[in-house]
Amino acid sequence: MNFTQSFKLAIKSLMLSKMRALLTMLGIIIGVAAVIIITSLGNGMQNYMNAQFEQLGSNLIQVMVYGRGEESTRDVSPDDMYALVEKYPQYLSGVSPYVTASANVRQGTEDFERTSVYGVSEAFYRDDTQKTMQGSTLEEGRFLRYIDVERQQNVCVIGSYIAENAFQGDPLDQEISIGGVPYKVVGVLAESGDSSEGSGDDVIYIPYARAQRMGGGFGDMYLMTSTDRDTAATAKGIIENRLLDIYESSDAYMVMTSAEMMDAMDSMLNTLMMILILIAAISLLVGGIGIMNIMLVSVTERTREIGIRKSLGAKCRDIRSQFIIEAGTTSAIGGAIGIAVGIIMANVLTNVIALVLGTGNDGFVAVPTAGGIGVAFGVSVAVGILFGYLPANKAAKLNPIDALRYD
Amino acid sequence: MGHLIELKNVYKIYQMGEETVHALDGIDLTVNQGEFVAIVGSSGSGKSTAMNIIGCLDVPTSGSYHLGGIDVSTMEDDQQAEIRNKMLGFIFQQYNLIPKLTVQENVELPLLYAGVSSEERHERAIQSLERVGLADKRKNLPSQLSGGQQQRVSIARALAGKPSVILADEPTGALDSRTGREVLRFLQKLNQEGDTVVLITHDNSIAVRAKRIVRLQDGRIIYDGDASDPQAVVQPQEDDAGEEVLA
Repeated sequence: MNFTQSFKLAIKSLMLSKMRALLTMLGIIIGVAAVIIITSLGNGMQNYMNAQFEQLGSNLIQVMVYGRGEESTRDVSPDDMYALVEKYPQYLSGVSPYVTASANVRQGTEDFERTSVYGVSEAFYRDDTQKTMQGSTLEEGRFLRYIDVERQQNVCVIGSYIAENAFQGDPLDQEISIGGVPYKVVGVLAESGDSSEGSGDDVIYIPYARAQRMGGGFGDMYLMTSTDRDTAATAKGIIENRLLDIYESSDAYMVMTSAEMMDAMDSMLNTLMMILILIAAISLLVGGIGIMNIMLVSVTERTREIGIRKSLGAKCRDIRSQFIIEAGTTSAIGGAIGIAVGIIMANVLTNVIALVLGTGNDGFVAVPTAGGIGVAFGVSVAVGILFGYLPANKAAKLNPIDALRYD
Repeated sequence: MGHLIELKNVYKIYQMGEETVHALDGIDLTVNQGEFVAIVGSSGSGKSTAMNIIGCLDVPTSGSYHLGGIDVSTMEDDQQAEIRNKMLGFIFQQYNLIPKLTVQENVELPLLYAGVSSEERHERAIQSLERVGLADKRKNLPSQLSGGQQQRVSIARALAGKPSVILADEPTGALDSRTGREVLRFLQKLNQEGDTVVLITHDNSIAVRAKRIVRLQDGRIIYDGDASDPQAVVQPQEDDAGEEVLA
C-alpha cells in the first residue's frame, strides 16, 4: 500500500461525505485563515509604516537636548551643530533646529488652537530633494531663507490646512498672528496627510530664533540628516560623542535615527504579530482535536473494513498509514481552503481599511507572505498527522477476528 | 513432502470470568495439497476457532500449527498478516467486500498489500475476475451486484493472491439455495483445478460436497473421513452419542 493509493482513498472517502469533511476541516480552515489574515495585516502594516518613514526620509536623525537642568553652565548652541555638519560632510548633510513653540495662532477673529508652530532654519527645506526634512513639498511660494532666519524676520510657511481654513486657499503675502505678532506667509506646503485639524497639515514654520523666544518647548530639538541611510548609525555616534563632550552625561540628550525607529517599530510589530499568531494557533489546535474526534468515529465505523483489510494481509503499519494519510489529507485540504479564505479576507480588509482611512490604493495593502502561507499550510498538515496518529494507531491495533465480526 | 496444513495437539483456551472454556481441546489435523475438506460442527463446536487458527487470524494456546512447513503458531501479528497475504485466500459468509471500492479494486487488495506493481495488479485482478465470470463488472461497486455475484467477487479476491489454501467460512450462508449451489460448484471446480479448499460450515448438506469431512464437537474431532461415508453425516445428538460414533 503506497502513499498515492492511500491519498486517493482518502480523497475518495472525503468526497463521500462532504458535509462531515467540511465540518471536520472547519477548525483548521478558521485557524489557517486567521494566521494568514494576521500575517497579511502585519506585513501590510510594516510596508505601510516603512513607506511612511521612507517618505519622511530614512536618513533623518532627531536630536533632543534636555541640558543638565538648573546647574547647567555649558550648553549646546545651533552653531555647535552647524559646526558638526561642516566637520563631517561625509556623514552629515544638514541640520536644522526644530523648536516647538507655544503660541496662539489667530487669523482675523478665528483661533487655531490645535495648530503646531515650529521654529526651524532654512536648512529644514532641502534644495537637493525639494522636500522638507520631514518629506513635505512646497505647493506655492518659497521656504524660509537664510536671510529670514538670520534676521529673524516675521515670515512663515504654512501647511495646507491653514491655507484652506484661514485664507480660503489664497494665503501668499497675507498675514497671520502668531503669539500676537503678525507673520507674513511666504510659502505653502503641499498636503501630506488628510488636511484635517491637528494633522501634519495643520502646521506653521517660523525662523527658529523667534520660536525660541516664545518658549514652551522642553529642551532643544534638532533635526539632522545623514548622507545616507547606511551612514545614519555613524552619524548618530558622531553627534552623541559631541554632546557627551559638552554635557559629560548621556542623560542630557537623546539621539534617534529614523532607521532605528523603523527597526524598533518593526520589532514591536513583529512581537505583536507573534502574539496574535499564537492566539490563532489555538484554533489550529482545536481544529486538530476536531480531526482526532472524527477520525476516532471513522475508525469505529470502519472497523469491519479494517478487519477485511487485515484478513487480506494488511499489516499494522499499512492500516496506520492509511488513517494518518487520511487525517493529513483532511487537514491539508482544510489548510488550502483556509489559505484561500485568508487571502480573500486580506484583500477585503485592504479595501475596507483603504475606505476607512481614505488613503486610496497606494495606502495600506495587506499582503499575504509566501512564508506565512507556507508555515500555515505546513502546520495544518502537521496538526492533522499529529492528531490523526492516535485514531490511526487504534485502528492498527484492532484484532482482525473481532473487527471482522463487528456490525 | 510434508503436509500443507498440520495441526498438532492444538488447544485454544479462553478465560471467561471464573470459567475456562476449551474452544479447541486437543486437535490433530492434517490437510494435504489438493484436498477439499469440510470442517463441520454446530455452533459452539469450535469450528470458528479452528478456522481462525487455520486462517492465521489467531494463535493456539498450546500445540503447533505448520502451514506449508512453516510454524505459524507463535508468530507476531505482522508476520501472520504476511502469511495470510501470501498463503491464504478467505471467502466469508458476508462476502466482506469494501463497499466504496470497485469490484476490481476489491480484488486487487491482497496484491496491494503484497506490494505487487499496479500493472501486474490490474492484470491478475482481471484474470481472477475472468475465472469467476465477472470481468465485465469490474468497474461496478459491490452494492450494484447480486449476492451471488458479490460472493464470486470475493472468491476472485481470494484467488488473486494465488494462495496455497482457500478458506471458505460459511460461503453459502447468506445466499439462496440456488446461488449457494452455484458457489459450491465453483469451489469444487477450483479444487478440481488443483486448489486446496477448506470449507467451514454447520450444514451437512453443504459439507457432503467436499471430499473429506472433519466433524467437530466441543472442541474435539469426532469424525474425520471420506465424505461419501454415511457415518460422516451422522448428526450426534448428545456427547455420548458422539463418543459412540467414534467408537
